[in-house]
Amino acid sequence: MTKITYREAVRIGLREALQRDPRVFLMGEDVGKYGGTYACSKGFLDEFGPERIRDTPLSESTFVGAGIGAALGGMRPIVEVMTVNFSLLALDQILNNAATLRHMSGGQFSVSLVVRMATGAGRQVAAQHSHSLEGWYAHIPGITVLTPATVTDARGMLLTALHEPDPVFIFEHAYLYSIEGELEEGPPAVDISRAAVRRTGKDVSLMTFGGSVWKALAAAAQLAHEGIEAEVVDLRVLRPLDTGAILASVQKTHRAVVIDEAWRTGSFAAEIAAQIMEGAFYDLDAPVARVCSEEVPIPYPKHLEDAALPQPEKIVRAVHRLLGRG
Amino acid sequence: MTYSMPREQGLQLLRHMLRIRRFEERAAELYQLGKIRGFLHLYIGEEAVAVGSIPSFTSEDAIVATYREHGHALVRGTSMGTLMAELYGKATGCASGRGGSMHFFDASRRFYGGLAIVAGGLPVAVGLALADKLQGRARVTGCYFGDGAVAEGEFHESLNLAALWKLPVLFLCENNLYAMGTALARHQSQTDIAAKAQAYALPAETVDGMDPLAVETATRHAVEFVRNGNGPYFLEYRTYRFRAHSMYDAELYRTKDEVAEWKRRDPIMTFEQTLRTARLLADTDLQNIETEIATEIEDAVAFAEASSWEPVEQLTKNVCTPKT
Repeated sequence: MTKITYREAVRIGLREALQRDPRVFLMGEDVGKYGGTYACSKGFLDEFGPERIRDTPLSESTFVGAGIGAALGGMRPIVEVMTVNFSLLALDQILNNAATLRHMSGGQFSVSLVVRMATGAGRQVAAQHSHSLEGWYAHIPGITVLTPATVTDARGMLLTALHEPDPVFIFEHAYLYSIEGELEEGPPAVDISRAAVRRTGKDVSLMTFGGSVWKALAAAAQLAHEGIEAEVVDLRVLRPLDTGAILASVQKTHRAVVIDEAWRTGSFAAEIAAQIMEGAFYDLDAPVARVCSEEVPIPYPKHLEDAALPQPEKIVRAVHRLLGRG
Repeated sequence: MTYSMPREQGLQLLRHMLRIRRFEERAAELYQLGKIRGFLHLYIGEEAVAVGSIPSFTSEDAIVATYREHGHALVRGTSMGTLMAELYGKATGCASGRGGSMHFFDASRRFYGGLAIVAGGLPVAVGLALADKLQGRARVTGCYFGDGAVAEGEFHESLNLAALWKLPVLFLCENNLYAMGTALARHQSQTDIAAKAQAYALPAETVDGMDPLAVETATRHAVEFVRNGNGPYFLEYRTYRFRAHSMYDAELYRTKDEVAEWKRRDPIMTFEQTLRTARLLADTDLQNIETEIATEIEDAVAFAEASSWEPVEQLTKNVCTPKT
C-alpha cells in the first residue's frame, strides 16, 4: 500500500476523471494557472489545456450556475468552490436550480453536476474561512452530500460522483489536505451509499464525518488505554444517510456520541441523534451525547479556535459522562 | 411601422400574438374560478417580444425563460393542452403538474424553464452555451429575463463570463419598466440597459418591443451573429405589461394615464392595423384566426379538465433520478 496525502488523492481522482471522460472539465477560482488553492489541480492546465481547466472570475453564483447549464448541455462539469463560506454566494443556484430542476420539470432534466469545496476549521483563518456548513446542504432533497475523510474516499468518491445523474456536493475538510494515508487496493471508484466503521468497539459509538473522523479515532485510542472500546462510524454520506449503519452500531454498543464541527444548535448531529431516538431508543443505555462547535464564529487565536471546536479530549469526556465516569 | 414580410409570415405573427392573449385571458378567468391557483404572471401587452423573437431559434437551440413564460412556450411549440394542464397542476402538464404557471419545461423543444428566481436563469444559459462551445455545436442559447434582473449580481457576472469566454448565448432583456412595482428609474442609477451590457464588451442594442417586425429583424440578426461564433449578443426590448404583476395588485406604482398611453401601442392592435394598411388582412382572415384559437383553447381546457391528478403515492417521484 502507498502512503499519499489527501491533497494528492484528490489530485489523482481529478486527473483520472479528466483522462477517462472527455465530457469532464474542471472550473473554478484559480484551478488553472495558480494550480488550485490547495494545489489539487497543479499542472492540469498544461496537461489538459484551457478548454478543460477553466479559471473563472470570482463569480460563485454564475460559475456554479454555468456548471448546471453545462451539465444540462451534456457535459460532466466538476466545479470547485474555494471554501464552503464562499459557496453561500452560489446558494441560489444550488438550491433553486441544481437541486430543484429535476422535480420542477417533472423529471425531464437531470443535473449531473459535481461541486467540490473545502470546509472546516483548524488553520487559524478566522470567521469567514472556517465554517462547517455541509449539514445545511444535507438538508436539501435532490442532491447527494459526501464528506470524504480518507485518501481512498478523497480519490474514489469523486470518480463515483461523476457517474451520478443528479448533483453531488463533496466537502473536503481543509485540515485533511496535508494528512497522509494509505490508498487502499481495489477499484478506484468507491461506494457512496454506505457509512464505514473505521474502528470497531462494543462500549460506545462515536458517530462522525469528515475532519472529525480523525479526532474520534484519536479519542478512541485514548479510551482504549482505559479499557473502553469505542466504535468509530464514519458517516461518509450525509445525504442520503445510511441510517441502517447508525442504528446497527447503536444496537451493538447501546451508547452514542455524535461529533460534528458545525455549531450545536440545528447541527447535523441533531439529525443523527433524532434518527437514533426514532430507530433505536430502546437500545440506548444513556441519552445520545453531542460534541459540536461552540456557538461562536470561529476565532483567530489558536487557543480560542481550539476551544471552539470538537477535540479528542472533549469526546473522551463525553464518553466518560455517558459511562458514568465523569 | 413599414411592412416588408411575406403575408403568411405576418399572419403567423398576428396569430401567435392572439393565441397568447386569448390563452392568458382564459387563464385569468379560470383563476377567478379557482381552477388555477398560486401565482399567475400574465404576459399581456408584451406578446410581440416572444412572438417576434422565438421563431429565430432553431429546434436545436435552447431557450431559458422566466416565470412570465406562457407566451414563449406557446410560440416554441409546446401544445396548449399540456400548458393548460400545467396551469391546472394536472399530471399531463408540461412539467407533470409539479411546476405550475412559473415552471413550464419542455425537453423535446430544449425549453429549460420557467425559472422564477430573478436572474437565476442567466448562469444556466451561460452554462448551456459553454456546453455547446466545448462540444463544437453551432447552437445558440436564448436567455430571457426582465429589467428587474439587471439589479442582480448574476446579471453582471453572467454577461462578463459570456463575453470573456465568447459563449454562444443571446441575452434578451424584456424591459417592461417595472421590477414588480419598482420603476426602473427608482432602482437603477443607469437606466440605459443596453449601455450596461456594452460595459461588458458585448454588442447590445435596444429594440421597440411593441413591434413584432422590429423584434423579428433584430433577433434574427442577433441569432445569426451568435451562431457564427462571434460570442454573445444583447437585446433590450422596450415593452410594457398591461396587467398586474401577478393576478392582483393595486397598481399604486403607476398611473392609469401611463397604462392607457402604452395601451395605445398595443402590439396586436397596431400590427393588425399594419396588416390592414398593407391590404394583407381582411375581416374574414381575422375571424378565421379567432375561431381557430377559440377552438384550440376550448380543446386545451377540456384536456386539462379531463386529465388526472397525479396520485399522492408518487409524491417524491423525480426528486432524484431513479437508479437503474
